[in-house]
Amino acid sequence: MGRACKAYIAGAFEHPTRHAVDQSVAQLHAEVARGALADAGLSKDDVDGYFCAGDAPGLGGLSMVEYMGLDVRYVDSTDTGGSAYVVHLGHAAEAIAAGKCSVALITLAGRPRAAAKATLPDYDNDTPDTAFETPFNQMIVNNYAMAAMRHRHEFATTAEQLAWIKVAASHHAQHNEHAMLRKVVTVEDVVNSPMISDPLHRLDCCVVSDGGGAIVMVSPEIAKSLGDRCVKVMGQGEAVKTTNRGQVDLTFTAGVKSGAIAFEEAGLTPADIDMVTIYDSFTITVLITLEDLGFCEKGQGGRFVSDGNLISGVGKLPFNTDGGGLCNNHPSNRGSMTKIIEAVRQLRGEAHPRVQVPDCTFALAHGSGGLISTRLCSATAILGRNDA
Amino acid sequence: MSASYPDYPIPAPALDAQPFWDGTALGKLLLKRCTDCGETHYYPRAICPYCFSSATEWYEATGRGTIYSFSVMRRAPVPYVIAYVRLEEGVTMMTNIIDCDFDTLAIDDAVKVVFHPIKGGFSLPLFTPA
Ligand SMILES: [Zn+2]
Repeated sequence: MGRACKAYIAGAFEHPTRHAVDQSVAQLHAEVARGALADAGLSKDDVDGYFCAGDAPGLGGLSMVEYMGLDVRYVDSTDTGGSAYVVHLGHAAEAIAAGKCSVALITLAGRPRAAAKATLPDYDNDTPDTAFETPFNQMIVNNYAMAAMRHRHEFATTAEQLAWIKVAASHHAQHNEHAMLRKVVTVEDVVNSPMISDPLHRLDCCVVSDGGGAIVMVSPEIAKSLGDRCVKVMGQGEAVKTTNRGQVDLTFTAGVKSGAIAFEEAGLTPADIDMVTIYDSFTITVLITLEDLGFCEKGQGGRFVSDGNLISGVGKLPFNTDGGGLCNNHPSNRGSMTKIIEAVRQLRGEAHPRVQVPDCTFALAHGSGGLISTRLCSATAILGRNDA
Repeated sequence: MSASYPDYPIPAPALDAQPFWDGTALGKLLLKRCTDCGETHYYPRAICPYCFSSATEWYEATGRGTIYSFSVMRRAPVPYVIAYVRLEEGVTMMTNIIDCDFDTLAIDDAVKVVFHPIKGGFSLPLFTPA
């Protein structure tokens, strides 16, 4: 019972593979769909809405609707990069509330590791920004590094503070049997790992992994019939930040907006949140996002994340209790689906006992898609336990 | 001192940005401003992203600015510096800083444009300490 909500997450599934040598991308999408539907106690034929992003093969969702043999009356293939699945979560909740569908399937899958690619997408000369960025050998990592450098300049954020984010993720990953990196690391390990692009070290960067994940969202009526493992969607927000016509400011993201929208819709504040899952492409992504969402003042992120404050059972704000993208999984180089899934585990009380947050009532899942120093879509979801 | 990164991808300009690249090939850094609202924007567009006017015009920048942020890309065949430079005209552009000591570069350093010819007849607007 508790508060009303527009929609519930009834099923969630994370693919156990991290290296999909023998599976096709379409197969991986179908495998995670099957897993999420089984988790929900629903069948393929119950699905009447399908959501996917650019990692799905073919045009929009059409190829995957065909491959999986779905018959849908609502389709949305919005692509905002790694944040797309938190965007879809919001769009699905709206579609369900509007009666456009009642069982929405959202899938993510890919095999960049097996295919040995982790690069920016190719652009042509119809994309207006590319000529002003690509020639200067912009990579993903040095784009994020410029944001980290500016943060350091304005707020004296240190490499050791950033390292604490990786340390916290590694403390959680040790308990995840599927995590790519299960070794607990120290601040010294991170700052002594090779410098990739100043000030980001190798251990400030997330893993490259294959696999995927899916969730199934349902109307409140259907959720009632499925029992108390259904998780409430309390609020969602999305926003885009750009180079702003040349007025570049790298100290914040569109999370400032997406978070405010989500909190307002949920009628909650950061103080109500028991744990967070935040897309962690790099340590700096997490630090800036925590500030933007209001968990600490702008510029105080370095202090906030230090001394284990993000470690479950140790600090005040447990984050990415599956190990996140920094240690566990980063399927298709898109991080927000796994963030939703771990938040769902926590709200069901089904996280690993060593990282389960006691009495977890409200969790926040946040995705960032695109590139932090140029164009980034932030999406924030606030989820609640079945009785929240 | 470090060499500049030797392999620059060729720009693929949209049609309305071609004059920018015609300018760099002639050693000019051209910006776009709006004659209706007066604002300069970057990257250059046909339509003003402040007021949506189509009355935009090219003008030549001084080529001077300061480093807003930068990063030395160490994991590359030859390390190089990517940067955002804030121009005197008030807009910030992505570029590389070349012909400098990577280890003493700092945010707010004064820099000036240099034009670096690459393949395909293009010339890139890069920056060096002023
Ligand atoms: Zn204008």
